[in-house]
Amino acid sequence: MKIQSQIAMVFHLDKCIGCHTCTVACKNIWTDRKGAEYMYWNNVETKPGTGYPTRWEDQDKYRGGWVLDKKTKKLRLRLQGKWGTLGNIFYNPYLPTLDDYFEPWTYDYQNLFDAPEGDDQPTARAVSMVTGKYMDTIEAGPNWDDDLSGSQVYANNDPNLDNASEEERRQMQEIDRVVFFYLPRICNHCLNPGCVAACPAGAIYKRGEDGIVLVNQDKCRAWRMCISGCPYKKTYFNWSTGKAEKCILCYPRLESGQPPACFHSCVGRIRYIGLLLCDADRIEQAAKAPDDALVQAQRDVIADPFDPKVIAAAKANGIPDQKIDAAQKSPVYKFVKQWKLALPLHPEFRTLPMLFYVPPMGPVLAKMDKGMYNMVDAGGEGLAPMLSALEKSRIPLRYMASLFSAGNEEIIREVYRKLVAVRIHMRAKRVKDVPAAEVERALAQAHTDAREVEAIFRLTSLPTYEERFVVPAMERETAVDSLFPALDPVSRNYPTRKGAVGFGYREEPHRGL
Amino acid sequence: MAEVVLFVAFPYLALALAVFGGIYRYRHSRFTYSSLSSQLLENRRLFWGSVPWHYGIVIVLLAHLVAFLVPGVWARVIADPTALYTFEVIGFALALAALTGLCVLIWRRLTQPRIAAVSTVMDWALLLVLLVQVVLGFWVSLVYRWGADWYLHTAVPWLLSLVVLDPQTQYVSSLPWVVKLHMLNGFLVIALFPFSRLAHLVAFPFWYLWRPYQVVIRNRGN
Ligand code: HEM
Ligand code: SF4
Ligand code: SF4
Repeated sequence: MKIQSQIAMVFHLDKCIGCHTCTVACKNIWTDRKGAEYMYWNNVETKPGTGYPTRWEDQDKYRGGWVLDKKTKKLRLRLQGKWGTLGNIFYNPYLPTLDDYFEPWTYDYQNLFDAPEGDDQPTARAVSMVTGKYMDTIEAGPNWDDDLSGSQVYANNDPNLDNASEEERRQMQEIDRVVFFYLPRICNHCLNPGCVAACPAGAIYKRGEDGIVLVNQDKCRAWRMCISGCPYKKTYFNWSTGKAEKCILCYPRLESGQPPACFHSCVGRIRYIGLLLCDADRIEQAAKAPDDALVQAQRDVIADPFDPKVIAAAKANGIPDQKIDAAQKSPVYKFVKQWKLALPLHPEFRTLPMLFYVPPMGPVLAKMDKGMYNMVDAGGEGLAPMLSALEKSRIPLRYMASLFSAGNEEIIREVYRKLVAVRIHMRAKRVKDVPAAEVERALAQAHTDAREVEAIFRLTSLPTYEERFVVPAMERETAVDSLFPALDPVSRNYPTRKGAVGFGYREEPHRGL
Repeated sequence: MAEVVLFVAFPYLALALAVFGGIYRYRHSRFTYSSLSSQLLENRRLFWGSVPWHYGIVIVLLAHLVAFLVPGVWARVIADPTALYTFEVIGFALALAALTGLCVLIWRRLTQPRIAAVSTVMDWALLLVLLVQVVLGFWVSLVYRWGADWYLHTAVPWLLSLVVLDPQTQYVSSLPWVVKLHMLNGFLVIALFPFSRLAHLVAFPFWYLWRPYQVVIRNRGN
């Protein structure tokens, strides 16, 4: 047993209102620079939808993540082998291009002031932020299919619908029952990251202290393999500086005990962050599990922070008490391991993502019926049908399974049974209109009890800031900024404006010669 | 006199610039060591440019290098006329690939607004110098056949004499001017090395082959 501390996250999708506040917070802090305009380290996608970059989940096109070689029983990058990387280094055949994202633009606002007097209103034409030329038609943006806009083009091309039956497709498209939810995405800071493995220069690494995945831009030589290696398309290429960039999980904030900006600003309070103690010896085995066992295998990598053996192993590996304590209070541990409610996004990519999602119930019950808003099969039977209604959910289980459990529908069902049990139990308690027997049945079906269900309710609906974000400040001696030259007010060696320096050097990050 | 400047001083100067400039840049501005890929901005033409260019130029360069490093072995291999003939044909094909690729790259940089947006003066200078170099090389191989052979008795001894700090220009002084230009421009390319994106050449990540896939770094041994 080799215990490592890993920072991990949970997004509770039922609570996401799709406001993009997280995206804006991130964009304003990190990616409003030249070359980074098109980057969205945090983005919020509408599902069903094609996402960002378009159809990023389609690994036939982008070749991200790992595959388990049937013959050798070894993991290999879907992209190519190591020799393949060196052979394809002059041209990466699977690199997404700017057109798979969008060409960033601004508007020629000055024209509104400067236009000569005339019969027509002056307009502010779109100007490309890459070429500086006018763009006559804007064909795509970072969130073109927000709230199912253009569903015929976008939602229908969702890769997760590739295996859906006609019935399921219809189910999702029926106009009165149209259904969607939001999927906020950031880098998953994976345990078995594809981006790190694909980088021939060794410029991307996992930070030993907390498992954050970072790019050392001084080592990056623009071989641009990481962008393909990441199945989530969460490494980006700065077209101006010629360096890879990705979400850094706001590590300067984390190191001082604050949550990342997207977590802090989240309006729906859907985000949780905390430590997990992971058994590094089990990572490889977990990444090699058969598809339908991947979720469970990933849970098994997470060690019990209350187990004395685990604690001893953690200490032996130099993990400070403060972190062990934080791991015991971790909301992520509760959602992922104790309650088994939060699931990894696309575990079949086998990077062992450390961002977990509580799948949305969506409006499981209601639908339009002869112009009336009706609960599915409800009526005289109290709330019991809620349990059976799962199969009739507007969002087919198979779709959820395609997203969160590598196709294993049973896992999704288990999660939903528990979420339903929480609702029934709490309703019985608050509204008092559910017969006791029904509550019992709901709890039994979900293999849970009143205490657990109330704890879930509490952490879902009423958590405090301190309960959602359990990040211990980093020990001074391991914080990255301890490695940098001290800031000196006399010589003023500190940045005077945003974007003037990167991390790790006091030099302006500019395009090379 | 001109001969000493061109074939002794200039090569030494170019090499010194390359080595010390390269080291200086690595130590003080490591961030700028990059191949500056522009594939994100334009994909299709890059394929038709970069792939033939690189495969062509890298192999041809390697052949220059091998013949220089182990002239004895090289001489024995090409002593067989069939081998010599094969080498010439392969070399010719690769040079053609490099030239076509380079032309595509230049055309791409000229006509694609997105690529123009990231083009620097140095990008153009480098492409121009490389174009001259490849055209000259092509010309030499076309007009003065069996270079794989005569290279061994002209350029190689001259280069070796430079290496052992006993410059002997007589090996190259009577060569045709195209060949001389090819040699001089070659050293210009070397001189440009630390001032251009050519620095990406020494960053070729061989050791990826031996490295484990995952990289974990701690700030302090902990
Ligand atoms: C084995 C070593 C080499 C590797 C791994 C390598 C790799 C690369 C890569 C990745 C690019 C960027 C392509 C893109 O835009 O995505 C590039 C561009 C370039 N390379 Fe190399 N290269 C090598 C050798 C050379 C050599 C020997 C030369 C010339 C003597 C050269 C000249 C260039 C030039 C001029 C470009 C710019 C092309 C353009 O966009 O106009 N490279 N190289
Ligand atoms: S999600 Fe993040 S850590 Fe995982 S492969 Fe992608 S960039 Fe790397
Ligand atoms: S800020 Fe929170 S609620 Fe709003 S879109 Fe982002 S994740 Fe969803």
